[in-house]
Amino acid sequence: MSAALHGFLTLASLQAALAQGKLSATELAQDCLKQIQAQQGLNAFVHVDADLTLAQARAVDASRAAGRASPLSGVPIAHKDVFVTQGWRSTAGSNMLKDYVSPFDATVVSKLLTAGCVSLGKLNCDEFAMGSGNEHSAFGPAHNPWDHACVPGGSSGGSAAAVAARLVFATTGTDTGGSVRQPAALCGVSGIKPTYGVVSRYGMIAYGSSLDQAGVLAPAAADLVPLLDTISGFDVRDATSAEQCHGVPNAPGRIQSEFDKASAHFYSQASLPLKGLRIGVPTEYFGEGLSPEVGAAIEAALVQFEQLGAQRVSISLPRTRLSIPAYYVIAPAEASSNLSRYDGVRYGHRSDSYTDLANMTGRSRAEGFGTEVKRRILVGTYVLSQGYYDAYYLQAQRLRRMIADDFQAAFTQQCDVIMGPVTPTVAKTIGDNQDDPTADWLADIYTLGLNLAGLPGMSVPCGFGQSAAGKPLPIGLQIIGDYFDEGRLLAVAHQYQLATDWHQRSAGQA
Amino acid sequence: MAYEIVIGLETHTQLSTQTKIFSGSSTRYGAQPNTQANEVDMALPGTLPVMNRAAVAHAIRLGLAVGATIAPRSIFARKNYFYPDLPKNYQISQYEIPVVLGGSLTFFVGDKETTINLTRAHLEEDAGKSLHDNYIGPHGELSTGIDLNRTGTPLLEIVSEPEMRSAAEAVAYAKTLHSLVMWLGICDGNMQEGSFRVDVNVSVRPFGQKEFGTRAEIKNVNSFRFIERAINYEVRRQIELIEDGGKVVQETRLYDADLDETRSMRSKEDAHDYRYFPDPDLPPLVISQDWIDQVQQSMPALPDELRHRFINEFGIAPIDAAQLSSSREMATYFLDILEALELHPTDAATVMALRPARAKLAANWLMGEVSATLNREEKDIAQCPVAAPLLAALFKRILDNTISNKIARDVFAAMWAGEENGQPDAIIAAKGLTQINDSSAIEAMIDAVLAANAAIVAEYRAGKQKGFNSLVGQIMKAAKGKANPQQVNDLLKAKLDQA
Repeated sequence: MSAALHGFLTLASLQAALAQGKLSATELAQDCLKQIQAQQGLNAFVHVDADLTLAQARAVDASRAAGRASPLSGVPIAHKDVFVTQGWRSTAGSNMLKDYVSPFDATVVSKLLTAGCVSLGKLNCDEFAMGSGNEHSAFGPAHNPWDHACVPGGSSGGSAAAVAARLVFATTGTDTGGSVRQPAALCGVSGIKPTYGVVSRYGMIAYGSSLDQAGVLAPAAADLVPLLDTISGFDVRDATSAEQCHGVPNAPGRIQSEFDKASAHFYSQASLPLKGLRIGVPTEYFGEGLSPEVGAAIEAALVQFEQLGAQRVSISLPRTRLSIPAYYVIAPAEASSNLSRYDGVRYGHRSDSYTDLANMTGRSRAEGFGTEVKRRILVGTYVLSQGYYDAYYLQAQRLRRMIADDFQAAFTQQCDVIMGPVTPTVAKTIGDNQDDPTADWLADIYTLGLNLAGLPGMSVPCGFGQSAAGKPLPIGLQIIGDYFDEGRLLAVAHQYQLATDWHQRSAGQA
Repeated sequence: MAYEIVIGLETHTQLSTQTKIFSGSSTRYGAQPNTQANEVDMALPGTLPVMNRAAVAHAIRLGLAVGATIAPRSIFARKNYFYPDLPKNYQISQYEIPVVLGGSLTFFVGDKETTINLTRAHLEEDAGKSLHDNYIGPHGELSTGIDLNRTGTPLLEIVSEPEMRSAAEAVAYAKTLHSLVMWLGICDGNMQEGSFRVDVNVSVRPFGQKEFGTRAEIKNVNSFRFIERAINYEVRRQIELIEDGGKVVQETRLYDADLDETRSMRSKEDAHDYRYFPDPDLPPLVISQDWIDQVQQSMPALPDELRHRFINEFGIAPIDAAQLSSSREMATYFLDILEALELHPTDAATVMALRPARAKLAANWLMGEVSATLNREEKDIAQCPVAAPLLAALFKRILDNTISNKIARDVFAAMWAGEENGQPDAIIAAKGLTQINDSSAIEAMIDAVLAANAAIVAEYRAGKQKGFNSLVGQIMKAAKGKANPQQVNDLLKAKLDQA
């Protein structure tokens, strides 16, 4: 393996090498740039700018030389292209913004930059984060490193593919209906979406504002801890970011300390670290549509958790199926309004020919947006229209409350975490379901509920299935926590990963 | 047939906050286009709105002043429509649950006290401006310019019930609201700059009919005079239409001041479906009782309170009291004068005893000489060059007979001009204007005039008293206007009646 990153199985070992000067941030960045170049076929990146990256890397090396290094100094990362960045273009995977450069960095981006992470550029994704296969990108699909014929998942497809192929160590993603957890599962990496409000949405190009939440992807749960901890925190520029998490200020340090506290407790229980942990397993997550190979992998993971001392509890989330219509009303409704700003007036694509103002806006949008985006704008516009609002939007909001109540009932009465599959199947072949756009929507059944409820959730690798071509394709286990329970969630996942090695396999090594 | 006019007003008041309602950029008016718009105002990708609490405090202030309910929890909604000067292509406004509910406004129409109920007042953001007329684009082409400086300026839309029944009532309501928002310091009231914009809903119905007629909404009528004219035109138009067998259609109309007419802008059929829904970027606006109490404590005394105080405590006539409480500056100026007059050490009973005379003198002057001079110089009371304590010092010299009311006008003119640093005593001294109150000196002057006018004196004593004023005039002339006029009168009369 030529890639430097393949030499480091954990963030801790990479940090140690950087700290000990065995490797400079610049060398590492150059190596990543080479890898990205070599793996262009993945189409994981939509914008790479070596000068910008190397300038960041050199600054990190200079800081370290001056004695000012922080734990994440030099760690190579990349951002999903829905985070706006100074320097790199910010396209949201859309022709509408194909040349757009932001005058400011998203809060997530600037926090990681301040922490010393070196950005390798911008990652492919479904247009405006609408999609679950990265097929709806104006810059072409990203590919699954385990089988290039397959999707990497979406919408953070580039984010998952880049980590799986070890092009960078970690990536940012966004999760509106599963867009971090689902590609993480399909690419065999770990990914977490925190509680709504833990991470600032400022600078995240909005899709469904009440559902959108930033997350991170990396090989292992333990790697996610410092990254999520760094990007978390109340932001005065985002009125929906949380000031407090159950009485604890929402600020960096919280997740790390809760992870440490939970881990200390687990370690103290020796060979049965998870003794006392009640795992809720929703029967609705194992019904019709779940493929046998995924079902078997999840079952094996649950058995593993029992061996670690955890207790399995059967629970019910009766409204699981209804999360699909609720989500596909609320998210498009918000999107139809959020995407109104792309009108060709101030920035973004403007049609070459038009007759008047209204025509200019109409043509610019018709040309700038892709099919899936248009589909969701139409749905959203429809459900908010006079005469339909009550029947669709209000009804969906009622469902949303009931779905959240179901989760709360489980957490208060039955279990500490909930586990189940992330996806019904392994990654599909690129181009499948093209004639039936809602087929992909139905596959979001296990991930949508917690966005509607605002709960934290993650995906960790737990086994493999097979692609049509007979290649191994990863399977992800979903772990859902109660509000602001990110630290413990990551600690639970970490215990599982101490006992298993699914997360250590990278594409081509399975 | 006789028709009843039904009018309701929707008033957009720009709130005088330093920064915009959802962003930190300045609300300054008149800057170079697009220099007061930041990334949030321009709706760049990834930006989010954050509520400006100062705008909320202004809304609370209005709510308290009109006796409304302040909603403990109100919701911001998105009003979706495409327009190039609306960067997000939706306006953040309050729809189902506004911040201020109910309340009322009381004012005089002529000498008739009228109360109009308010429906609601809600917070929203202003749009930018489109420059359509002969705007030349960057490549020399005819184009539309967009100026986003105004984008996001906080607005409080104050909606009245349709309770007004004449143009005069509507104008009085608008004027009262206008002075109230300025009084409260929540709006600069500049109608020319669009800080106070009125939409007028007008309908007519036969007297006695219970149902409202179909209304037309007249947009952005930007002066009180135009409100009156627009209503009068619209009422005439609607009545003529009905009399001719036509039907009024619900529509939005624009008042054209040049042609003095309203004309259709858009009808209900092409009305937008705004697809309102709660803005997911903004949590509900929660207003605690603590916050309301805090705002309450910072509230100035209100015009109604002062008007009643002027009448009941100072013995000022109601119509004068209404005028003195027409603006916060005028009322403050008046109160400052009284405070200065009552400053010297004396017992409370004396202060109370003297108060009506002092108040009457000050009121007469403010509505007489001072207002006349301000009008002539096109200034308002806030710009009056004569400070209240100095004017009070002048009044003291009237009250203690140092100068007459007439001489005081000359002194006031000198104070206005800044002579002797505007100090009345110094002006009186410099110009030698001190009144002659010495009765022997006045008698000597009277004797001299009487001696020189034996004929008039004889006529007077024979019963033809019209020569009296001529004698007063000659005496005052001899005294260079400085003789105490009352004393001159009394002494002259006594001397003439003596014989």
